[in-house]
Amino acid sequence: MDTSGMNLTYTLSAKTKKILQVLIAVGLILTIWGILKHSQTDIQKQRIWSNIWVNIMFFFGISLLATFFYAVQYAAEAAWAVAYKRIMESVMKFLPIGAILVFVYCLLGVLGVHHTWKWLDSAAVTADKVLQNKSAFLNPGMFLGMTAVFLIAYVAYQRWTCKVSIDIDNGGDGTQMWKTNRTRAAGFLVFFGFTSVVGSWFWFMSIDAHWFSTLFGWYVFAGQWIGAIITFNLIGLHLKSKGQGEFLNDSHQHDMGKWMFAVSFLWTYLWFSQFMLIWYANLPEEVSYYQARWDDYRCMLWTMFFVNFALPMIMLMSRDAKRNRTFIFIVGCIIFFSHWVDTYLLVMPGTLGAEGHIGLMEIGMFLASTGGFAWFTLSQLAKAPLLVKNHPYLQETLHFHI
Amino acid sequence: MSAKTIIHGIFNDEEKLKEGAIKLRSARIRVKEVFSPFPIHGIDPIIGIDRTWISICSFIYGLTGMSLALLMTWYMMISDWPADIGGKPSFAFYMNLPAFIPVTFESTVFCAGHGMALTFFLRSWILPGVSPKNPDPRTTDNMFLMEIEAKPEDEERITAMLKASGAAEVNIK
Repeated sequence: MDTSGMNLTYTLSAKTKKILQVLIAVGLILTIWGILKHSQTDIQKQRIWSNIWVNIMFFFGISLLATFFYAVQYAAEAAWAVAYKRIMESVMKFLPIGAILVFVYCLLGVLGVHHTWKWLDSAAVTADKVLQNKSAFLNPGMFLGMTAVFLIAYVAYQRWTCKVSIDIDNGGDGTQMWKTNRTRAAGFLVFFGFTSVVGSWFWFMSIDAHWFSTLFGWYVFAGQWIGAIITFNLIGLHLKSKGQGEFLNDSHQHDMGKWMFAVSFLWTYLWFSQFMLIWYANLPEEVSYYQARWDDYRCMLWTMFFVNFALPMIMLMSRDAKRNRTFIFIVGCIIFFSHWVDTYLLVMPGTLGAEGHIGLMEIGMFLASTGGFAWFTLSQLAKAPLLVKNHPYLQETLHFHI
Repeated sequence: MSAKTIIHGIFNDEEKLKEGAIKLRSARIRVKEVFSPFPIHGIDPIIGIDRTWISICSFIYGLTGMSLALLMTWYMMISDWPADIGGKPSFAFYMNLPAFIPVTFESTVFCAGHGMALTFFLRSWILPGVSPKNPDPRTTDNMFLMEIEAKPEDEERITAMLKASGAAEVNIK
């Protein structure tokens, strides 16, 4: 297929900029209003910090799992996703910024600026037998050290693979680089498989420091993965709405729709498996996590669960729905927010107890970060042609048909 | 009613068969059936086969399996012989529902999968003891066969069209 007739240069149009500016402005106004109004007591200050952590981890998770999904395409030798390669790269390019934000937030926690992780406070550990027993793993050195190593490795792979992608465009040997990329992608996946689980223990699970769950890492992973898939879908739809992205045909949309459907089920499966076993066994040290959510966040917990499970199941089950861009857009936007609520529920009950609720500040911070993330991603998308060159699977992806 | 002849166009290559079928269809000749060693991508719309209903069947079987499992667990665990397991009271179905989800899931998948396979076997009549409908054993190996039902007067025209689109053999029965 000839690609010379296609307009492969994306520009962030004035209209898109305006929408995003309004989004960011409204978000910032609500956030600042919330901060000014609620920053007197310690718990109110912590509410601001916890909110920041929710948004950092939600968008960091999206870019990290975008990198994971990108590596999967190489390791699986998949051709269909080559058409989405530049879209994935634009999302992945947020990873260095996300990694810095994660590290800075963790460092501030160690320095005692905020109290997201109670076990970082040495006075609390002395008074707590369980935390003392866990201190071989849950201690500041381990926390910052492992966080730094993981983040540096993730960012190193992401930067390398994005750079190579541009090099091949400028006349590199695509087939040879594809082989190198496949090997490195497989290595990254092994590293990621272990470290993403350990990372989720530090970043999320240890907020409820007494509690532990073996399944937790996969559940967090699945939640972030669906965020990344929705982001790819929405950017693809955005390109289509601007009359660009002719190389993304209905079969590509169908496959991305399938991923949205399938990963939603993976998330539901893991969420429910964790919940059901803890609910049934009813052991005091395990139920504490769900008790906190059940007592103070029950409505939010079940709404979030059913929206994330039932909405994709009912709306995206049929083949026609997965190819219908309106369906994908509506379902995508709703479960995007709903998975943000999932991230919120990972952080809030452990840091704020019963004090947390979704008010204007939370909504504002979500809007501002979404707008900022979208702005960054789309301006990265504008920096490179929308379709790769010299890739061995390029023709196959252009003729992709299922 | 005049007798109909059956024409078998045998191809070495599925792409040539597809091209041939497109030409025949545009000349208003119906391709009755295609036999091939593997599924040919995109052949269905070319020879005018409607989209399969098997996914809808599968959905209905899945719903059946789900209903059966919910009925079963309700009857066994709540209605007939309520059992206190792990201190979970079984006064009402919804209270114990999370415990019943795994078996409901398994039953749904079991019924959807088996129902779909059995429907496929029945619909294509692949059952123990049934003699194969396949007209030529080579279509299980390396050949692609197109079956056309035509009036005797069209015989020569169709044969010529099949040959022109690259058929290795044309057999008339």
